[in-house]
Amino acid sequence: MAGHILLIEDEPNIAEAIRFLLGRDGWQVTVLATGQGAIEQIAVLRPHLVILDLMLPVCSGLQILTDIRAAAATKDLPVLMLTAKGQERDREAAVAAGVSAFMTKPFDNSEMRAAVRALMGAA
Amino acid sequence: MSFNLLVLSCLLYVALLFVLAAWAEGRASMGGTRILRAPLIYPLSLSIYCTAWTFYGAVGYAARSGLEFVTIYLGPTLVFIGWWVILRKLVRIGRVHRVTSIADLISSRFGKSNLLGVTVTLIAVTASTPYIALQLQSVTQSFAVFASDTPQGWALPNGGATAAWVAGGLALFTILFGTRNLASNEQHHGIVTAIAFEAAVKLAALLAVGIFVVWGLGGGPSAVADKIAGLDLASWRPDASRWTALIFVSAAAIITLPRMFHVMVVENIDSAHLARASWAFPAYLFLMSLFILPIAVVGMERLPAANPDMLVLTLPLSEGQGALAMLAFLGGFSSATSMVIVETIALATMISNHIIMPAWLRLRPKAAMRSDLRAWVLRARRLSIVAVLGLGLEYFRLSGGSSNLAAMGLIAFVGMAQVLPAVLGGIFWRGATGVGAMLGMVAGIAVWAGLLFLPSFGAAIDPTGMGKDLFGPSWTWPASFFGTAGMDPLVHAIFWSMLANVTLFILGSLLTFPGPVERVQGAAFVNVFDQDIAADRLGWVQGQAEPEALLAMAQRIIGEDAAISLFEEAARAQGKGGFLPDLTSDFLSMLERRMAGSVGAATAHAMISQLFGRAMVTVEDLMAVANETVQILEYSTRLESQQAEVTRTARALREANEKLTAISVQKDAFLGQISHELRTPMTSIRAFSEILTEGDLPAEKVVEFGAVIHAEALRLTRLLDDLLDLSVLENGSVQLNIGTANLGALIDRALAAASQTRPERSFDIQRSAAQEEIYLRTDEGRLVQVFINLISNARKYCDAQNPVLRIAVRQKGAKVLVDFIDNGAGIPKDQQGIIFEKFARLSDTATVGGAGLGLAICREVMANLGGTISYLPGQKGAAFRVSVPLRIGRAP
Repeated sequence: MAGHILLIEDEPNIAEAIRFLLGRDGWQVTVLATGQGAIEQIAVLRPHLVILDLMLPVCSGLQILTDIRAAAATKDLPVLMLTAKGQERDREAAVAAGVSAFMTKPFDNSEMRAAVRALMGAA
Repeated sequence: MSFNLLVLSCLLYVALLFVLAAWAEGRASMGGTRILRAPLIYPLSLSIYCTAWTFYGAVGYAARSGLEFVTIYLGPTLVFIGWWVILRKLVRIGRVHRVTSIADLISSRFGKSNLLGVTVTLIAVTASTPYIALQLQSVTQSFAVFASDTPQGWALPNGGATAAWVAGGLALFTILFGTRNLASNEQHHGIVTAIAFEAAVKLAALLAVGIFVVWGLGGGPSAVADKIAGLDLASWRPDASRWTALIFVSAAAIITLPRMFHVMVVENIDSAHLARASWAFPAYLFLMSLFILPIAVVGMERLPAANPDMLVLTLPLSEGQGALAMLAFLGGFSSATSMVIVETIALATMISNHIIMPAWLRLRPKAAMRSDLRAWVLRARRLSIVAVLGLGLEYFRLSGGSSNLAAMGLIAFVGMAQVLPAVLGGIFWRGATGVGAMLGMVAGIAVWAGLLFLPSFGAAIDPTGMGKDLFGPSWTWPASFFGTAGMDPLVHAIFWSMLANVTLFILGSLLTFPGPVERVQGAAFVNVFDQDIAADRLGWVQGQAEPEALLAMAQRIIGEDAAISLFEEAARAQGKGGFLPDLTSDFLSMLERRMAGSVGAATAHAMISQLFGRAMVTVEDLMAVANETVQILEYSTRLESQQAEVTRTARALREANEKLTAISVQKDAFLGQISHELRTPMTSIRAFSEILTEGDLPAEKVVEFGAVIHAEALRLTRLLDDLLDLSVLENGSVQLNIGTANLGALIDRALAAASQTRPERSFDIQRSAAQEEIYLRTDEGRLVQVFINLISNARKYCDAQNPVLRIAVRQKGAKVLVDFIDNGAGIPKDQQGIIFEKFARLSDTATVGGAGLGLAICREVMANLGGTISYLPGQKGAAFRVSVPLRIGRAP
């Protein structure tokens, strides 16, 4: 099954790693380097899953998540949140904002793949 | 009895007094006031009311005017029986306000006015001088009586010389025991003990003579009573107006005479003593007067030609009773000396506190603040003692020894009575003002001087026949004024002087408004029994004086140990350690009262106000006083200060809390940032290395992923280096490598190092070699580090089409300014303030590598080099200015 994933990540190397990893599993991955215009891109691309970095230039991941949940069309869209800060407060905030799954960088490749598989299955 | 024996007895008696006084003084200085607490000491010391005038003169008075002498005892008796009304209040005020004299009382009550103090002092000195002269005269006369009687026929050295010797001796005694130290409340234990002893001697002497006269000469009480009935004294009728006037004047005297005020108020150590004195003192007076009339009657019968004033002495002598005569002589001697000693101390205190010290303070205010005031005050006291006794002696010589003792005593009484309206008005009437007191006293004393005092320089005054010499040629008193022509001259003088005095006092008080200090003192005096009244405390508000200065001054006035313990106690009471309490108005008022005990209220007030830059009373005080809301103000002030205290504490706590919170937030943010900066490269490294270990990859992918891993590993290393560097720099534990370097060479090195910074692109560098010919003494490695950072930043972030970096150098004083200005967009205004903070990498700038620690490190480096780095706004591009000292100072 082909699924479409939107990855919003400002670190090019990390984005490249995730794109390669998930692409090999057959997912179609689109990368956005900033949070700018993320909501519009989601509306256009209609991804099955959004992988979202918490710390983004211009517009924070948490804000994008809130916007996704606020819109009727995307309120049930699975969102996987990534963070490098590793603070419990961030996880709580993300859960409160309605995140589907949460992973801390650096992540285990197989865990990432399993999480994506699970989320895509649920979608 | 030989003259030598007489002189020897006198000297022995005086020596005994010295020993007694020294013993009491010694006991007191060891803290023992038991002698003074002995039940009869206080009433006995009050007996200095009975001077030589009453000892010798009462008999003469009785011989001339019958029972009228009793009035002199009746007045004080009435005052003491009614002690609850006036004396209790006076003693209380004296203790609370540490009053040192009657002049101090009036000055203090009427706004600490020194003019009033001077006036009362002058009145007291004027009125007392004849009185002191009288005592000298009585001692001289008693010597003369012995001389004329002696069988050896020795001639009395001239009277003036005897008086001078006596005055000299008294001056010595008074100086020795009256000015030993500056007790905080002018108490003289030695002197009080000595005069109490003298009181006992004079009572014993008079009683002994009386018993001898009644039982030895008169044939028993009933025989003497018959003799009295047989004389024309029996037909004598008391004159109501004279009796009233005399009782009034003697009652006034017991309150206002300087020596009476001194023993009664100033030397009082326990209010309970006053209650005991209220019966003991009248009893003493009763015993003193018991035998007056018998002695007068028997004496006039046996020695009709003798001077009736000396009958107490001449009667035993003529009967050959040498020992009894000796005792009588010592009794008279005691009466005279005790009066002179205490009167002199009281007057000297007034003169030094109200005339000498204020004058000195005014003339040499600087010196007054510096030198040892205690020594000065004592010197002023001693000088005053000699002056007072000198005046008495001079009056004695000028008046030529008036033959009538009682008349001189009465003149003094009436003079001092002029102070009475001010005293009574002051302690009972809040409306009394200083102006009123002044007018009343001046008017009263003027009438007194014209009617009684000035005529006393002329012929002897006969209290029963005054009038012939009363009105001098220049004095045209309307004797028939308001139909008072028939009035007795003494009554006349008392009546008119008191009428003028009281009228002007009341009118003056009603027509003037008291000043603020006066108002406050008035309340404090009139309401002295309302413990909580805080009127006096209002006098001082927080001023500019330093506690140290006050302590220094207090040490010089009340003594070093006393001042230090006073300050220490006050500080402890305020909950502080050390010796410097806060200058609350409570403390200042207390200090002022303590100092007032040594130098008088007006002087103490003047001295403290001098330290306070004369800011005596504030507008707030005026308003408070005008509204008479003294207690309310005090209470609200206390509340206010407590509230202010609470507010201050709360603010301090809140600030501390905010600071802690800010620090905690900063720490969390920093840890989050570090975590993020470390985890980001680790994420790429981990992900790609896992991919690589799985194998099964095309070769070009292996190379590509390997290169990413390598780059991210380098980034991680750089980050750790930067963090360590920053930590060292911030701790100040950085090791600087100071050397001399050429600025141009340093910039060359920095440019070379930064040229590898990606993105590699052509970059136009503008420099001026001539400007850069500067030699610096600094850590060149560190300075180059800062330059590299700035150049790399320009390379990374300058967004101009053809990037240009201009490096401008300028020397300014001991500093060199190096500006790095590129032609990019620059840094937005709202972010210029944060670029030097850690991890301040501007969020909307494309990632170029680096963790945002560069400028933070630059700032720390420059601080370590004794210079600064700052953003230069308004240069069109991004512009940084590095300011570095030509020579680094002491290594920071």
